[in-house]
Amino acid sequence: MVKNRLVVSLLWRSGAIVQSVGFRHTNVVGDPRIAIEFFNAWDADEIALLNVSRERPRDEAFLAAVRHVCRSCFLPLSVGGWIEDVDYARALIQNGADKLVVNTAGHRQPAFYRELAEVFGSQCIVASIDARRDPAGNYQVYVDRGRQALEQTAESAARAATRAGAGEILVTSIDRDGSLKGYDTELVERVARAVSVPTIAFGGVGRWEHLVEGVAAGAQAVAAGNIFHFTEQSTRAAKKALRAAGVPVR
Amino acid sequence: MIGVIDYGAGNLRSLQNALEWIGETVRVVMTPRQLDGLKAVVVPGVGAFGAAMERLQSAGFVEPLRNWAMVDRRPLLGICLGMQLLARYSHEAGEHEGLGIFEGTVEAIRPSAAVKVPHMGWNELVIRREGILLRGLERPVCYFVHGYYVPLSAAEAHCTATCSHGGDFAAVIERDNVMGVQFHPEKSQRDGLQVLKNFVSAVRQW
Repeated sequence: MVKNRLVVSLLWRSGAIVQSVGFRHTNVVGDPRIAIEFFNAWDADEIALLNVSRERPRDEAFLAAVRHVCRSCFLPLSVGGWIEDVDYARALIQNGADKLVVNTAGHRQPAFYRELAEVFGSQCIVASIDARRDPAGNYQVYVDRGRQALEQTAESAARAATRAGAGEILVTSIDRDGSLKGYDTELVERVARAVSVPTIAFGGVGRWEHLVEGVAAGAQAVAAGNIFHFTEQSTRAAKKALRAAGVPVR
Repeated sequence: MIGVIDYGAGNLRSLQNALEWIGETVRVVMTPRQLDGLKAVVVPGVGAFGAAMERLQSAGFVEPLRNWAMVDRRPLLGICLGMQLLARYSHEAGEHEGLGIFEGTVEAIRPSAAVKVPHMGWNELVIRREGILLRGLERPVCYFVHGYYVPLSAAEAHCTATCSHGGDFAAVIERDNVMGVQFHPEKSQRDGLQVLKNFVSAVRQW
């Protein structure tokens, strides 16, 4: 049986790994390659390296980061941020990415998901959805690093992306990002139920039990960022907690 | 020195990095002439079977690889689609002839509610008998991404480990100098690196 996965999400900005709270970036954690070497040794199942720069940086800067990181990353490496055309997507893959995480350009134009899936295969395309709960209890999609709201729910965006060929959904709660309060499990559940491809939950993990809640809400993979930094053996402790709760992990 | 066949099948960098990490030198092989002087070759692969065979054909690799494996009997490792390409033919999107280094065929994984296609993620191997590639590993867990598989019936005699996703399939095949793994050792962390180390140390003693 395929195992549930623990994904370490590393947010990259101007050459360094940063922490994020409510989509605002705070502490600089350090060099991405050093972070990845640790997580490799500590039983993470997948790494997501996301370029969260507010403005599109020179492509070469992030490509160099991907190259640098993949030298010692013997795990699947997903990369994303500012993927707006096939040539840049190809360059990311040639520099060592296994999967592409696509957000803004895909939601504005779902045909972009189709174009990428046709070239690289669905297994390579992760549609990323950032959402926020509105007062009526609906989950509204935001693009452009949380700056622009779309008239679309997270569920409908997930369905549109998978219809267009995305092979996985990464769903992030903007409200919970950096809150340490746990995933927005209702958001995770709605998205996981809307699609048949795997869902990765992200945003808000403050304790290892939150990871278990993500799986219980229907996510095949659970991601976290901030919590993994600064503690020794953090991913290993997370795996242990998942295993103890009966979640099948590596 | 080990050669990694580059026939335009995408990202070779991870595989190259992993082999270098364990202390091997790698040559990316773009033409059959570049096979000269190598101890072993690795056939990687991502994408569709038919297109991959076409590219191998047009780069002139088909006969040199068959000779490498079956006439000269030198070490060859196929990874993921690279393992499937060793088979006689595939039913992926039509009928395609493979390299024919192994008997057998490649079939589609049938999706169901519980069986997602592609089979993507970490899954356990069940070791059936002793071979080279899984030495030192007891219950390996490796990373898979594939929608087609080599059935056990086809690989029976040479299958050293199986995996299960909607039914058992061949995860590792080994026949003397010819080996194949359905998973991605370069993406399977400790267990995957051990598989590559086992291959490299066997090659050194070849």
